[in-house]
Amino acid sequence: MKKILSLKNVVVSIAILILIWQILFSVSSYNKALFPSPKMAFDALLEMIENGKLFENIKTSMYRFVVGYSISVVSAVVLGLILGRIPKVFQYVNPALQLLRPISPTAWMPFIVLLFGIGDVPAIVIIFIAAFFPVLLSTVSAVGNIDPIYLKVSKNFGIKQPALTWKVIFPAAFPQIANGVHLALGTAWIFLVAGEMVGAQSGLGYQIIDARNNIRADILLATILVIGVIGILLDSILKFIEKAIMRSWGGAE
Amino acid sequence: MYIEIKDACKNYVQDGKEFTALDHVSLDIEKGEFICLLGPSGCGKSTLLNALAGFEKVNSGSVKIDGREVTAPSINNITIFQNYGLLPWRNVQKNVELGLESKKVPKSERAAAAKKYLELVGLSGYEKRYPKQLSGGQQQRVAIARGLAVAPDIIFMDEPFGALDAITRMKLQEDILRISREEKKTIIFVTHDIEEAVFLADRIVVMMADPGRIKSVVKVPLGDHRDRTSENFLYVRDKIFELFNLKSDEYIEYYI
Repeated sequence: MKKILSLKNVVVSIAILILIWQILFSVSSYNKALFPSPKMAFDALLEMIENGKLFENIKTSMYRFVVGYSISVVSAVVLGLILGRIPKVFQYVNPALQLLRPISPTAWMPFIVLLFGIGDVPAIVIIFIAAFFPVLLSTVSAVGNIDPIYLKVSKNFGIKQPALTWKVIFPAAFPQIANGVHLALGTAWIFLVAGEMVGAQSGLGYQIIDARNNIRADILLATILVIGVIGILLDSILKFIEKAIMRSWGGAE
Repeated sequence: MYIEIKDACKNYVQDGKEFTALDHVSLDIEKGEFICLLGPSGCGKSTLLNALAGFEKVNSGSVKIDGREVTAPSINNITIFQNYGLLPWRNVQKNVELGLESKKVPKSERAAAAKKYLELVGLSGYEKRYPKQLSGGQQQRVAIARGLAVAPDIIFMDEPFGALDAITRMKLQEDILRISREEKKTIIFVTHDIEEAVFLADRIVVMMADPGRIKSVVKVPLGDHRDRTSENFLYVRDKIFELFNLKSDEYIEYYI
């Protein structure tokens, strides 16, 4: 019942969005080529599907995203688990992190392009930067927030490193780590597009630039929609994985 | 003597004020004894337990078990906590097997031990449940099974039944008394419940607060099967009540 209701919500919500778009299109006096209707964007979408360009670009973007995001999450979680256990070291690392964290990953872009050239690497690096700080900081704080009784029990039962980390600390901190990983997914996806707009000759971000250069606003809007849909799908996949892990760990909320 | 506490002192600084949790406390405990540390909050009973269990160190004096100074927690002496300390991401069986894993016991033996001790605490058939699916009393039973599974010499219990309702508490008291006799463990049990102490202990260590110290040690000659309503039980209980009443007399004298 709940699922049906939420499906209804989705359909109505998107229908309203398209309706507003259509109304704006009808009342505006912009050139059709600059501000296309939903129908034109849909046709452009079909065109891209037919000539295979869309899937090629999705494939390229997804490859960069998966590589950048997984390297980022794994390294940030591992580093966070270590730093979370040695607060004395973290006190010295934290100021530097706080300095780097508010810098938009795109600000690094020119520098990254200078170092790595155009291609897969700049986009991967951008995604890495975008996901790294939220995951690292949420992992460190998750480790610090572990109920001390788990550590007391572990000490009593003689659980030593590295078993302590994977048997006790990681599962105890997991819910909060998962929160950070989840948050970082959205951020990373946003910056993938930004990264590809500047540092690549392929992918969904580049497709937007390409559409602009060819004055194909219909392709541009269709691409934007595709980016949004993939974002939602990635989010759902991650939610599903999180839930599966939580369930195997006793259904902790 | 099996456990030897000699002249133990422990001070804390709390909000800028110094606070004496243990003031020259000395106590000897024999192997196989069931000792209750009884007293109001602030009397140092938990501090004393933590010092014995190796979670805290005393500032001066010595705490020895089997002739050796206690410096860190050991898998030979297991502590049962008031809030159970079960790992919520492990099912009941995996929780009981926790200590056996660090003892490198093979998987099949671990499972057999878990089965045996879960049966002992009356939780057969609960192996695959998760802690949050159990009541507080059941969770504490799992924690007790987990402790027994590593075959410890001593079990420390820090107000283990404090969070349970009265009826569940009495059932668990009966069970822990039975288990202590069957398994022949040395048990040091912290409580502020006089009846609980009289029901369980071979000796009750009555402690007083401010500074935390031992007021007296009361033998409880009630044997293995105890009846909360028997005359002897009430007699011992009244004796303890008297000991605590003495405290208010002291105050009266002081103020007059």
